[in-house]
Amino acid sequence: MSDDKGTGSGGAADDASGGAGVSDQLEAGQAPIAAPLTAVDVDQIPEEQRAPEVDSSTSSSDSRFAEIARSIATGSGLLSILAVVIALVVGALLIIVTNPEVQTASTYFFGRPADTFAAMWHAVSGAYVSLFQGGVFDPTATSFAGQVAPILNSIGFATPLIAAGLGIALAFRAGLFNIGAQGQLLIGGMLGGWVGFGLPLPPVLHLIVAVLAAIAGGALWAFIVGFLKARTGAHEVIVTIMLNYVAVYLLAYLLTTPFLQAPGSNNPKSPDILPTAQFPNLLGTGFDLNLGIVLVVVATVFTWWLLGRSSLGFKFRAVGENPKAARVAGIDVPRIYIYVMVLSGALVGLASAYQVLGQGPGGITGGLDAGIGFNAITVALLGRSRPWGVFAAGILFGIFEAGGYRMQAAYGVNLNIVSVVQSVIVLFIAAPPLVRTIFRLPAPGSTRKSSRSTRKGLATN
Amino acid sequence: MTSLDSTPLIAKLRSSTVASLPRSWKAPITLGIFAVICILLFIVFGRSGSTHFSFTAGQTGAFQLSLLTVPTRATGIAVTVIAVLMALVSIRFAYGKRKTPLWFVTIYAIVVLVGFLTWVSSGPQPLAVTGLLAGSLALATPLIFGALGGVVSERVGVVNVAIEGQLLAGAFVSAIVASVTQSLVLGVLSAMVAGLLVSSVLAAFSINYLVDQVIVGVVLNVLVLGLTSFFYSTTLTVNAALNTPPSFSPLAIPVLSLIPVIGPVLFNQTIIVYLMYLAIAGVFYALFFTRWGLRVRSVGEHPQAADTVGINVARTRLWTVSLAGAIAGLGGAYYTLGSGLGFTINLTNGDGFIALAAVIFGRWNPIRATLAALMFGFAENLQYVIGENSPIPSQILLMLPYVVTIFAVAGLVGQVRAPAASGRPYIKS
Repeated sequence: MSDDKGTGSGGAADDASGGAGVSDQLEAGQAPIAAPLTAVDVDQIPEEQRAPEVDSSTSSSDSRFAEIARSIATGSGLLSILAVVIALVVGALLIIVTNPEVQTASTYFFGRPADTFAAMWHAVSGAYVSLFQGGVFDPTATSFAGQVAPILNSIGFATPLIAAGLGIALAFRAGLFNIGAQGQLLIGGMLGGWVGFGLPLPPVLHLIVAVLAAIAGGALWAFIVGFLKARTGAHEVIVTIMLNYVAVYLLAYLLTTPFLQAPGSNNPKSPDILPTAQFPNLLGTGFDLNLGIVLVVVATVFTWWLLGRSSLGFKFRAVGENPKAARVAGIDVPRIYIYVMVLSGALVGLASAYQVLGQGPGGITGGLDAGIGFNAITVALLGRSRPWGVFAAGILFGIFEAGGYRMQAAYGVNLNIVSVVQSVIVLFIAAPPLVRTIFRLPAPGSTRKSSRSTRKGLATN
Repeated sequence: MTSLDSTPLIAKLRSSTVASLPRSWKAPITLGIFAVICILLFIVFGRSGSTHFSFTAGQTGAFQLSLLTVPTRATGIAVTVIAVLMALVSIRFAYGKRKTPLWFVTIYAIVVLVGFLTWVSSGPQPLAVTGLLAGSLALATPLIFGALGGVVSERVGVVNVAIEGQLLAGAFVSAIVASVTQSLVLGVLSAMVAGLLVSSVLAAFSINYLVDQVIVGVVLNVLVLGLTSFFYSTTLTVNAALNTPPSFSPLAIPVLSLIPVIGPVLFNQTIIVYLMYLAIAGVFYALFFTRWGLRVRSVGEHPQAADTVGINVARTRLWTVSLAGAIAGLGGAYYTLGSGLGFTINLTNGDGFIALAAVIFGRWNPIRATLAALMFGFAENLQYVIGENSPIPSQILLMLPYVVTIFAVAGLVGQVRAPAASGRPYIKS
């Protein structure tokens, strides 16, 4: 969490010094979870709005502070928190409407309205407390391992979401819509899993080969898309959707053949993954955290470096912004499409490695993608296609998933509420003007523009 | 002045581009691949015996046709010969630097399809052609509505990834409203309102708040799936009376339904299917032959120009996208009111994305998109019709249509051009 704090406030500072155009380029400015300080700073907005006009000539440090405070109020960090608040309110409404105790209490609402409100409060607070206890930290557990088990569990849910989300985000940055993560997950998981159960190798080597096979599987399935788009102009949306179905049925078929099916079994399921190919636990027994999160952090750093620091990533973004201009600038656009899809599929393949190798010896089943292919699109969008944004978004979604199960078990709140809350978050984070309107926040640029104009006016005087 | 100067230049340019136009080998390669597949399947792995096609329509067919029986191997060889010849003709087209015409490809596809059906259903069990077609139309109906919604929305410049959500919302709301009121008309209307609401969220966020349209679309799908699943699990399962909608019964059109084979398939259908015919014709006519359609298309191609001549871009987009949602929502009603089955979680099961593929495959044209949707419906229906005669494992059979679509998209359609302003918010400056 301290990492999110750092990126959040860093983004705010960049915003203040460099203006909106620069902050768009910066990965750091897009972290959806911002500094916890911001809640305090909201109170200062009205003063600061007036401040620049009075202070700008007297003290530059004051005005800089004012701009920082103002940019926190208008920046993406606060807006992200407010979007989460809105989503939780929507979720609370759904809980209230469907809660049986609230329904019974509301039948005598006019007799004793307090009962209804008490039931509402009980339902919502109970559900959200169990969401927190199931997704972040459980103070009721007896041991430390039990107390931190929820956040480790959330990280487990987040790991494949982040990896696949990075892949989709990478494609987005190059202007491609990769809906095919489902298929890439299935093929990657199939190859990685096959190496995992059918190709015995020495301990460390086995794991490396299995992960690489999963990555190669995802990359291969995505390569088809990039290749067809580059060579024939076939629209990637159609091809990825079709390849999803092809992968689903291909895996379903292979799970009935000796190639994948466990010997002597009638179920469409592969043999168990060998222990040498499973992700090792990082913190020993009792703490459910394995190698997956390390690989995903590495993948996030790699994607960040690729997009922000490498010349290939620059070409990706150039093609994403304007393929025609990129072509005029001498970039081989079709080749870039192939590269992007291969790298995108490779990252999705990493997610599939976690699905088959990082969750015990379960082996390959037809449902190994577990809906991650489509959830990862939402994660990529929530992270605004910025690597660290995707990372934070994945963690947030992981917390909701893990907490959602606890909420369902403890309070009978249907798990589907999680996807409602998640989608409302993304919807509102994507629409900053709407959040500003709801909470009556200043628009970015409005105050800054006026302060600049006063400064300019003073200078000419 | 300038136009006079530039005329010869343009002519020169044009002639030079024609001369340097590269030969396009995509169509011959695709047709060739399928010809090779024909050789492999129908001759190398040819099946002996004979294939029976049954054309009996069931209850209403006046002209009862008996079984049609053909020898499997001979038909396969004939089809293969035709396919190879047509692939050769296609190579000839490419040499002459001419595009392989669409009708040519269509005939080729039909021939190969007939060959495939003959090969795959060789055996004592007859292939019910009428049932195959009727089932295809049934599966294609929501796809067509969804695709029409997608076409209308994208023509005005708003990418509609939320077709899935609109279909699902339509199915959900129509099931509840029809169950409660026991009125089919109200059910259909409520489905349209539900689709309209979903698309108005799409419109509001993308037009007023300039949010990326793909983001809103994807998120709306998740949101609608989450909401409907939540209310289904918490409310509909507890209170089953909310989820037992009445269903439309088929309505035979007097003369047309007596046409053999096609008649009962097309003209002995529920009201929703007849509404679909109207919607296809209506969308096509309205988009290309009315002032409204011209405005819609101009907003989708060049909003700035449209604005300059006095068209209110934001308002046109808002209303057109809402209309698109209503059309897609109507398709949603087919899942529940067309079948009489209640709502279940994720009832649409990705059909909205298939509809999206049909929109792109159909190059944003309502008629072509309809044909694409019909093709997908046919493909989806194959699994139900081809029974135990089939030598192919069922999973591979299910996979085939999607593989064929990839071939078709890559080999025949290729580069498609969306409406120019589709996906871009318009900021009036």
